[in-house]
Amino acid sequence: MRVMLRAVGETSITAGLILMLFCAYLLWGTGSYTRSQQLLLQRELAEKRAAAEAGRLDRIELGSAVALLRIPKLGHDYEYAVVEGVGTEQLKKGPGHHPDTALPGQIGNFVLSGHRTTYAAPFNEIDELERDDEIIIEAREARYTYRVTSQDVVTPDEVEVLAPVPGKPDIHPIRAFITLLTCHPEYSAAERLLVYGVLKETEPRKE
Amino acid sequence: MYLWIWRKLPGRPPTRILTAAVLVAAVGAVLWYVVFPLLEPAVTLDEVTLRT
Repeated sequence: MRVMLRAVGETSITAGLILMLFCAYLLWGTGSYTRSQQLLLQRELAEKRAAAEAGRLDRIELGSAVALLRIPKLGHDYEYAVVEGVGTEQLKKGPGHHPDTALPGQIGNFVLSGHRTTYAAPFNEIDELERDDEIIIEAREARYTYRVTSQDVVTPDEVEVLAPVPGKPDIHPIRAFITLLTCHPEYSAAERLLVYGVLKETEPRKE
Repeated sequence: MYLWIWRKLPGRPPTRILTAAVLVAAVGAVLWYVVFPLLEPAVTLDEVTLRT
């Protein structure tokens, strides 16, 4: 009896410790992969810029770098390379651009998804963004500065927020919007948090 | 289980403690670098896309 009780106790304690270690892995361990991939993506962006490949891209390969995302409100060193695609593999590398939405600065909705708790949690603090905060997209051809307009929490099936005019699928866009998308509440997949913005300023890159 | 392992470890207590620490580290490393990356996709606490 005592032997059995001890075995059950030891197994439970071991299972608990392993679970704690797994939580630590999810929160912090997954970030090391993202950081290494971010270095590669940012180098890719710098190389493309140096190579001065002319013009704007119409289509970007899945998994390659789209632009640099900076949000001064979340820190001066807040900088992520945005990857093309929102599959599991792409989102592990950093914030992902929904391929069938607008490109940076274009009329329509430039939609980005990013992890909130795992894989370096790039969108962990986007709930702190308020009206008129800046979201800066350093694309190859220009720097686009968006201005935050509002926040929203939706259920995961409300896909109309991805429409060219966020939330209004029937309206033809005349402005350039940005939408940041992450999970909500933190550590849950029950809802989605959205931060909307609109293009404020375009600074073409000097040749 | 732990008592059994402890008894199997050779040498005097200091050596045993060292061996036990190495064993714990080895198990931790296998979990962290092999098992957890395999389990991670099954955990959906951080879903950030919509159901299109």
